[in-house]
Amino acid sequence: MEATFTVNGAEHTVDVEPRMLLVHVIRDELGMTGTHVGCDTTSCGACTVLVDGTPVKSCTVFGVQADGREITTVEGLGAGGLSAMQEAFKEEHGLQCGFCTPGMMLVATALLERNPDPSEEDVRWAISGNICRCTGYINIVAAIRAAAAAKAEQPAVASA
Amino acid sequence: MLPSAFEYHRPSTLDEALALLAEHGEDAKVLAGGQSLIPLMKLRFAAPEHLIDVNRIAGLDGIEERDGALRIGALVRHNQLAASEVIARYPTIATAAPQIADPIVRNLGTIGGSLSHADPAGDLGSVMLALGASVVLRSSSGEREVPIGEFLVDTFQTSIAPGEMLTEVRVPTPTARSGGTYLKMERKVGDFATVGTAVFVQMQNGTIGSAGIGLTSVGLKNLKATAAEAALAGAEPGEDAFAEAGRLAAEASQPVTDVRGSEAYKRHVVDVYVRRGLARAVELARA
Repeated sequence: MEATFTVNGAEHTVDVEPRMLLVHVIRDELGMTGTHVGCDTTSCGACTVLVDGTPVKSCTVFGVQADGREITTVEGLGAGGLSAMQEAFKEEHGLQCGFCTPGMMLVATALLERNPDPSEEDVRWAISGNICRCTGYINIVAAIRAAAAAKAEQPAVASA
Repeated sequence: MLPSAFEYHRPSTLDEALALLAEHGEDAKVLAGGQSLIPLMKLRFAAPEHLIDVNRIAGLDGIEERDGALRIGALVRHNQLAASEVIARYPTIATAAPQIADPIVRNLGTIGGSLSHADPAGDLGSVMLALGASVVLRSSSGEREVPIGEFLVDTFQTSIAPGEMLTEVRVPTPTARSGGTYLKMERKVGDFATVGTAVFVQMQNGTIGSAGIGLTSVGLKNLKATAAEAALAGAEPGEDAFAEAGRLAAEASQPVTDVRGSEAYKRHVVDVYVRRGLARAVELARA
């Protein structure tokens, strides 16, 4: 079955079985491996992508459901460089193994879109669907708040 | 951990969806949020031959109060419930919605899907039992309204007939001072409830007129604590009444010892949470 959707601004048409999960369409059909398969039980959020700006667990959506939608993966953050979010994760040591990081950054990016000045509690609540086994979340939360501060300081310069 | 093959349909109108359901009957499942169905399919506990994706159908995601009832469209997402100012006036629902699963799942999960899935660990089933809600089931030959207690039959089983789709949930708008809350114990965010209790109280001249209590994860389906509810009718609100209701609810629950706790522990939590929930409900009703 054919499905056409935009990924990080570029249009793609795929011809896949309806049962192919969106995460596998992104990774195997489109070759973008920044979106990860973590738990396969809809628990960990390592597969999180944005669909029309909304965080979605791509392991629990069929690729064909994304027809006509705009998808953002971690590869789409920052146009040609690092986004404010990615810079912040780098500066604040917000990752160790990096497996959960794409999902964390995408959820956080969506959070800052609707709440540019989140409290620590707001951030922890927003990432509560994403599991990290390495960091204990402290630097992840710090990175997200640092990104919020950076964007507040220079909204025109800091890209999504 | 991949689903078996199926034929995928994406109707653009409700009539088209109902025609497809009529055509394929028991071989078809409705795909709404998919946050319960797709995990089941990945484990191959469900293998429908036809999936009817209803997400593009307009008009099924409204929330409005009209003619004495709150009407919630089947496609209303859990995050929509959590953010709605109308739903805020129904605190049993408003406190439950943000506790369902996790924030990402809540972007897609729907009330229609949740109730149709009829997981005994589903939070909204208990909420609707406490509120005395009903569901509207439509087919290409008509529509019927079914009280939630009749709709939820058994574990993952509802009284929905082949060709039918849940399109709306109806909750009576309270006519007297009322309050309610949902208390959920979970090992971590996103886990299923160890125990969940939905409580709703409607006052009558300073005493409790009527109460609704729904229990999550302590039975083969969401349970209505009818004995506890009966004991509360006409009762003077206070610790004695709440303690008796908690005791009766715990007695009526059917928890099973598992990784989330022992039977005795879960029964104890039902007691505590019903008491706390009633205190909170009465506090809100008096506010």
